[in-house]
Amino acid sequence: MKVEFDTVLMSRLITAMTLGFHIIFATLGVGVPLFISIAEFIGIKKKDKHYTLLAQRWARGFVITVAIGVVTGTAIGLQLSLVWPQFMQLAGNVIALPLFMEVFAFFFEAIFLGIYLYTWDRFKNPYTHWLLSIPVLIGAGISAIFITTVNSFMNTPDGFLLQNGEFTDVNPIAAMLNPSTPTRVAHVLGGSYVTVAAILATIAAFALLRKKGAATYHKKALKLTVISMFIFSILTALAGDLSAKFLAEHQPEKLAAAEWHFETEENADLVLFGWLNEDNEVVGEIRLPGFLSFLAHGNFSSPVIGLEEFPEDEQPPLWIHYMFDLMVSIGFFLLAISFIYLVFTFVKKWNANNKLFLWLIALSGPLAMLAVEFGWIYAEEGRQPWILRGYMTVEEAATSSPYITHMFFLFLLLYIVLGTLCVVTLRKLFKNNPAEVELEKRYPAFEKGESE
Amino acid sequence: MSYEVIGISVLWLFLYGYLIVASIDFGAGFYAYYAKVTKRDHIINQIISRYLSPVWEVTNVFLVFFFVGIVGFFPKSAYYFGSALLVPASFAIILLAIRGSFYAFENYGSKQSNIYMFLYGATGLFIPASLSVALTISEGGFITEENGVVSLKYAELFTSPLAWSIVALAITALLFISASFLTYYASRANDEKALNLVRKWAIFWATPTIIMALTTMIALSQRNERHFNNMLDLWWVFGISIACFLVALALLYVGKHYGVAFIAIMLQFLFAFFGYGIAKFPYLLDPYIHIEDSVTSEPMAIALIIAFIGGLLLLIPSLILLMRLFLFNADYAKGKK
Repeated sequence: MKVEFDTVLMSRLITAMTLGFHIIFATLGVGVPLFISIAEFIGIKKKDKHYTLLAQRWARGFVITVAIGVVTGTAIGLQLSLVWPQFMQLAGNVIALPLFMEVFAFFFEAIFLGIYLYTWDRFKNPYTHWLLSIPVLIGAGISAIFITTVNSFMNTPDGFLLQNGEFTDVNPIAAMLNPSTPTRVAHVLGGSYVTVAAILATIAAFALLRKKGAATYHKKALKLTVISMFIFSILTALAGDLSAKFLAEHQPEKLAAAEWHFETEENADLVLFGWLNEDNEVVGEIRLPGFLSFLAHGNFSSPVIGLEEFPEDEQPPLWIHYMFDLMVSIGFFLLAISFIYLVFTFVKKWNANNKLFLWLIALSGPLAMLAVEFGWIYAEEGRQPWILRGYMTVEEAATSSPYITHMFFLFLLLYIVLGTLCVVTLRKLFKNNPAEVELEKRYPAFEKGESE
Repeated sequence: MSYEVIGISVLWLFLYGYLIVASIDFGAGFYAYYAKVTKRDHIINQIISRYLSPVWEVTNVFLVFFFVGIVGFFPKSAYYFGSALLVPASFAIILLAIRGSFYAFENYGSKQSNIYMFLYGATGLFIPASLSVALTISEGGFITEENGVVSLKYAELFTSPLAWSIVALAITALLFISASFLTYYASRANDEKALNLVRKWAIFWATPTIIMALTTMIALSQRNERHFNNMLDLWWVFGISIACFLVALALLYVGKHYGVAFIAIMLQFLFAFFGYGIAKFPYLLDPYIHIEDSVTSEPMAIALIIAFIGGLLLLIPSLILLMRLFLFNADYAKGKK
């Protein structure tokens, strides 16, 4: 019995590790093409070489992260069948279509990314090259949408009948458009764009803090990314609010565990922060009276289902509360800092690029990526103990191979190597060739008179 | 035609696509390292990197396409192959990860180092070896199922002549395919020196490829008689394959029409690969996965086929664009663009 438990735990750990590593690069993969495309378009439209260079430098760094995204994506694609064979045998009947279409979208993106990267100077009309960025960003977005429908299906399975342990009457479209798909897709896309905006803003803010040349270039980058950060963080917050309302309706145990909401009651309080003492009582929290009812149903007095309604072995772990709080707090931090920065930018006499702001923006990229991880852990742990909510638990789905432990350490080693090399390569790529040097080299006339 | 036949044909076609593009890629990695060791890298590295840079990501997708597709059409294969192949497939993933990402690190990040070139060359030979385990075990007799636990018989696998023949065939074939493609590409680029070098390699690897193909047939006859006899019934398919091979070899010797020679090699492997696959019918994994009882539900099969046609309408023009811009653009191949 003990051995069995161990393989289940290792199966969960190996998947968590692979996905936790992959989503860093997947998020970049979804978001960066959008910003490359925007920068290149502004560059052509305004005939501003700064933006063109911005697009080129982002694209150059992007290649490195795409490479890791592709190989870790291949890893998780295969691991689905290797680590969860029973799950794929059952669910493959229903989720094959979105998985298949995700690969198509990825294929499409891969082809055009190759073309885009190697044709910067090949077309007479600059818009021709810019047009090639559109299929890349569409392909990236669509593959995110399809893969999110798969994960949504695991949370709210739909589009089939279960008879004698087999799925019958399968409706592939209904499975894709299951109840949680719309809110999740919106939250994932919005979250990816805001995270990438924050990361690119971090790069610009950091360059400005170092105070070495090309200030105009970095200021333009900062403005573009912070505006995007503001817009996308509003959209992501809205999608997050819809997600909460969705959870209250379809997955109340996830919301209840995240909010430490044990008893079903009307006018339920929202619990912020705090911790659990030995008797599982909430200590040191901030209570917003009635706000959980408002979050769940848009009405302060509506009843919210508590954890007590669920059998103990079907309750998610309570520590997901911390994940939820951290994600939401970071989300609001990003919204606030980008908003204040923009107010300062539009009032001419205030200096938006002061040191404090630059430091806060420099922090927002790493924080945003952490929020992606926290939010993802919350979403995944929140549906424990199910792999297919209501149908199959993770214990029934995991591989029984004892080698899974060895594989875990093998993959751990791989990700450490890949992560280290990624950082080393990106540093080399940009440190030895900073923007000011490149501007000077390529547009000597243009750069004269700019040495802030 | 029934859904399962359409499904497996489509998947087999994609696996064939992977066989060709990955062979070019893996072989090029090996040759790049070999040329460096023998101090001839200045002759061919330009050709290799100009072809590989824009297409390496596309190569990977062919493989992803196949394994996502087979689980989609035949969910039962996820259970048997997934359970049995945890270790060999994990190794393949790791090698692919090293190769794919190091490629990007090196190409865009820094100068070429010896360790990297070695890994790049070595993984190119180990990946096909680890992937070909899937082909070997599909012949049957390598896995057991007890109390609902599927496991791979490693001792049986490592002492099997069939397993080693398939590995050797995969490696010799990829070196042959890759060298012939590079010959064609060098001739497009009018690069005489590179052409002479890779042409020699192509002619060299032709013989071991055919020998290993015959050895594999003999090993197969001992492992899975049904499969072997079905292949004998399809003798004419393999006859066409050998005819294509002879045409390609003759053209390589004479030193003319390298494009035609490469197409002949593609046809050679197309016929051999489909002959092998059709003879395997109706088992995906002898005797656990029979094609008919493992197929996905009808609405899903229809949806997958529609998605497949829609996807192809999108992919084929894109692939043609990619090839016109890089592969068949003489100026690009010569290094002018």
